[in-house]
Amino acid sequence: MIQFILNQQVIHKQNPGNTTLLDFIRYDENLRGTKIGCREGDCGACTVLIGSLKEGKLEYISATSCLTPLPNVHGKHVVTVEGLNLPGKLNQAQQAMVDCSGTQCGFCTPGFVNSMSGYALTSKDPNLEGAISAIDGNICRCTGYKSIERATAKLTEQLQNKDQKHPISWLVENDFIPEYFLQIEDRLKDFNLKYNTEGEIPIGGGTDLYVQKHDELHDMDLNYLFDKSLLNRISFEGSWCTLKSAVTVSDLITNDTLLEAIPNWYNYLKLVSSTPIRNIGTIAGNLANGSPIGDFTILLLSLNAKIKLTNKENESRQLPLKEFYLGYKVLNKTEDEIITEITFELPNSESQFNFEKVCKRQYLDIASVNTAFTIKTKGNIIIEAHGAMGGVGPIPKYLSKTCEFLTNKTLSTEVILEAEQVLQSELAPISDARGTVEYKRLLARQLFFAHFIMLFSDTIKMNDLI
Amino acid sequence: MINIDAHNHVKGKSIYLDDIQELQGTLYALPFDATVAHAKISAIDYTQAIHRTGIIRIITAKDIPGENQIGGILPDEPLFADGEVHFRGQVIALIIGTSEHHCRQAAKLIKVTYEELPIITDAREAHAQNKLIMPPRSFSLGNTTQAWEECAHVFEGRTDVNGQEHLYIETQGAYARPKEDGSIIVSSSTQGPTAVQRMVARVLGIAMHKIEIDTVRLGGGFGGKEDQATPWAVMVALATQILHKPVKMAMHRMDDMRMTGKRHPYSADFKIGLSKDLKILAYEVTHYQNAGAAADLSPAVMERTLFHSTNAYYIPNVFAKAFSCKTNLPPNTAFRGFGGPQGKFVIEAAIVKAAEALGVSPALIQKTNLVVDGNELSYGQILQQTQAHPTWNACMDSFDYEAQKERIKLFNESNSRYKKGLAIQPICFGISFTNTMMNHARALVHIYHDGSVVVSTGAVEMGQGVNTKMLQIVTQTLGIKPSRVRIESTNTLRVANTSPTAASAGADLNGKALQMACVALLERLKAVAQKEYTDQIIELKEEMVFANETKTEITWQDLIMKAFVQRVALSENSHYATPTIHYDKSKEKGHPFAYHVYGTSIHEVTVDCLKGTYNFDSVNIVHDFGKSMNPTIDNGQIEGGLVQGIGWMTLEEIIYNEQGRLVSNALSTYKVPDIYSVPKEINIKHLETEGHELAINKSKAVGEPPLMYGLGAYFAIRDAVKAFNPNVELAVNAPYTPEKVLMDLYRRR
Repeated sequence: MIQFILNQQVIHKQNPGNTTLLDFIRYDENLRGTKIGCREGDCGACTVLIGSLKEGKLEYISATSCLTPLPNVHGKHVVTVEGLNLPGKLNQAQQAMVDCSGTQCGFCTPGFVNSMSGYALTSKDPNLEGAISAIDGNICRCTGYKSIERATAKLTEQLQNKDQKHPISWLVENDFIPEYFLQIEDRLKDFNLKYNTEGEIPIGGGTDLYVQKHDELHDMDLNYLFDKSLLNRISFEGSWCTLKSAVTVSDLITNDTLLEAIPNWYNYLKLVSSTPIRNIGTIAGNLANGSPIGDFTILLLSLNAKIKLTNKENESRQLPLKEFYLGYKVLNKTEDEIITEITFELPNSESQFNFEKVCKRQYLDIASVNTAFTIKTKGNIIIEAHGAMGGVGPIPKYLSKTCEFLTNKTLSTEVILEAEQVLQSELAPISDARGTVEYKRLLARQLFFAHFIMLFSDTIKMNDLI
Repeated sequence: MINIDAHNHVKGKSIYLDDIQELQGTLYALPFDATVAHAKISAIDYTQAIHRTGIIRIITAKDIPGENQIGGILPDEPLFADGEVHFRGQVIALIIGTSEHHCRQAAKLIKVTYEELPIITDAREAHAQNKLIMPPRSFSLGNTTQAWEECAHVFEGRTDVNGQEHLYIETQGAYARPKEDGSIIVSSSTQGPTAVQRMVARVLGIAMHKIEIDTVRLGGGFGGKEDQATPWAVMVALATQILHKPVKMAMHRMDDMRMTGKRHPYSADFKIGLSKDLKILAYEVTHYQNAGAAADLSPAVMERTLFHSTNAYYIPNVFAKAFSCKTNLPPNTAFRGFGGPQGKFVIEAAIVKAAEALGVSPALIQKTNLVVDGNELSYGQILQQTQAHPTWNACMDSFDYEAQKERIKLFNESNSRYKKGLAIQPICFGISFTNTMMNHARALVHIYHDGSVVVSTGAVEMGQGVNTKMLQIVTQTLGIKPSRVRIESTNTLRVANTSPTAASAGADLNGKALQMACVALLERLKAVAQKEYTDQIIELKEEMVFANETKTEITWQDLIMKAFVQRVALSENSHYATPTIHYDKSKEKGHPFAYHVYGTSIHEVTVDCLKGTYNFDSVNIVHDFGKSMNPTIDNGQIEGGLVQGIGWMTLEEIIYNEQGRLVSNALSTYKVPDIYSVPKEINIKHLETEGHELAINKSKAVGEPPLMYGLGAYFAIRDAVKAFNPNVELAVNAPYTPEKVLMDLYRRR
């Protein structure tokens, strides 16, 4: 049995099955304010807020309910638009949307209101960039977004005096959220029910499985991993970083150590999906789905990461991530093994890291080509290089030949031009919805050059390379 | 006035199709569709599917009591494929079950044997094989053949522009419930309730009076629910007729994208001739419209392409021809602009091509040829009250175009990786259904004896704010506050024989009818008050009766009660038909449009020439609203239309493979603008004009015109690409995706 609070009401569900939170909200609980736009996390019409206790403190995230397995909200607080309504007046996000005419047909609006209210709840330093980022997973087809931007700016202004010590009570007093939020933390603390599953098929955040296999999941025997507390930690030992498998992209984008160690970390990770998906998509899922264009796969390959696989008998083995991919969606793992840990060395003063991604739409899109490189130099000499590229073959490609070629070479335009020839020999792109072969090869060249232009702007110039 | 739906929208209380509370025993319907684009069906085996748990019935063509036909303009589209399929996604059967999940599982058990036939996906190929929806049409003015000789410069070329997925966030859907005596009510997410009613009657073989269509609102339409909301409503109505049970369908996004048509892709050949001083003397264009597998609205869309082939320019010699080509794709349909944007795209490309060849700015050619009063267009309408020059001039002046141009020149000289591009997009768009007989509407107003008012019109609310404008008309005419008035759903029992809410004409047509109804009521109510204030001038305002400009003691409620007691009619039903318009198809001449809407936009873009990606810095617009009756709502239409147009020209790429399979079949592969891909700045200025008598309250129609500003996005990017790679021949092929941009940046001569 699972137990959670939906708005104000405690829900007990005996057999949650493999239903999504969205279907449960709309059709079991008949809360029709949460809309269905795409059922694949790409429109945000179904966005809800999920509050959970992190070390005893209540923290909220926004999430697309269409991809959230119902058991993943066990022990948590789920907020739909109905749960944000105040008696007799609008909340601040709603008022801002009305005042700025941020709603036309209205179908996407509850999703926006949830994302905006979520920002009110989570923001530590309310600012427009952050507030816009909070609604980056919400698609509107009517307004052209300008009115929504204005509403977001208004909301941000109203958050300027937010009391960061007592955020919930401040938000209640100032009409951002209804009063019942004050009791949620204590009510959740009283929950002590455990929910254990030991199904055959592991599922984390659900962000990929519910897109790829929605119909099939209904009848599958699933093992829910998202909340197994051992699986969502980021730890550091010396220059090494270890990620447990249920760490989300949002955990990573906000991690201070990583933000410090890798310049542009925030900007790179902003290119990965959207806020509500980053909040629930897990790192192991990104690796294990075997997509040839998984952003995190490419990132971690170029950090020369190692992964730990653990089977049902709790036996573990470690292997370099680059040895994990055998063919299109074919992985070097047994049926019962799951990824439990990912380890990589942080870039340091000698090594530099860069990530590039180009897609049709800059944000919330899947790459045509994505690539990352870590380059270690001593003086002018490249002493070590790890690079990876996605969208250029059946697997996320670790660029072993290119890296080998670059190692121990003097950094120069000529070397990069020669390396690009080697690079092309390693690629085998196909034409598909994300681009033709010719485009992907040209883009591969351009993004390969971009690494060096970005990392060694003093010596390497775009005009010399093209 | 803020959109009257806004409060319910933000609270999640607005009711869309899938939010209607289901009656007990409601069944779910799932369309089962073809997986090949052209074939004979040699066998279908439903046995396994029908025996699966939760499956009630599988309905096919042979179950139809009336006609298996839903073609609106031409009778060429069966509801269910019968013997042959002509596109992937064509519906063959309807699975009815106790849940959507059961239906989906059953669909996998249906076995179809196809005998495949040749597939055509390209309009020019269809044309070459003479596969046409209808005979071609052509518009002609002057004599192009003679005019070429007078031209100092003549250029020819080809353009291609892709389709566009509507991507209304609410997918298609309908919900039918049985009433007594074989009558059926259908809630439908449609822009055209009457069209739905007509087709339900045809397919079910019953009279229209037994069918009630009700539409509360749509979660976006954009033309995609003008004709193509119909099949789903007919299907659930048919199931209800057969099973006597409530039956509902709310389509899955991927089913919707696969089964429904889109904006028409067009290919075109053009020839343009200019004088020494850059006057366009002659223009010939042949449009190849990719209609898909059935007519749907393609003939009307094609007609509007011809009407808008010269955009905002006066050209004395024009020959424009169009072919509606039949391919094995889902029938393409209405989409904001309705063929107009595709017509304009070609003339803009022709001008840019001429400008590039002559080494002048396209703006110079554009401005030299803008229409003025008295100009005759190729279809014979003589333009009056033109605002092409005023909007152009106001746009250049108020946004300081010359300074912007200079700034961009300097930027491009000093930057190698990033290049900026600039383009100007004037628009001129005709308002009215081009089919004259559709330009009418009705409104029904009841005043209840407690003083509250309920209004029904033929207009469908889909986010464009038409209900808000209707409310404004009522409150302004009757002098009462908005809270007294309720705008009801669009319902065929209350307002019959409506035209769809389309062609930007919803507010004009329904608003005029509503105004007539309110004026009639007002006159009757004033007569009641007149009895107590004889020989004084009676007015109703601020919910009070005024006599000779002095407030009396009679409140609105008092007045209504007096009228009620005196047995005065408190209901009114009015009919409006647009005057002045006419069109003779046999001559292709007439006066089809009540008026035209004008505007000018300036687009600035920055292209990353390393990666081929781009961002729009600004779009500055001066638009001719006439006298906007609701600037908040109208500005929202401009911003939204512009961004939708930019999306069409940039990111939104529909991809069908050679087998006619939609590859861009989900939101993960078909990208519409998100909050980061819109221009950093959108500035809109209103041009102060008189407006037009035929526009409601002189407030001009605003739904479609702004979409065409989006064309400027394409040419701005091209301008930036040319700055990086100046001496290369570039094709004109929209959308200008980052892929095409990168390929063009590095294209060699």
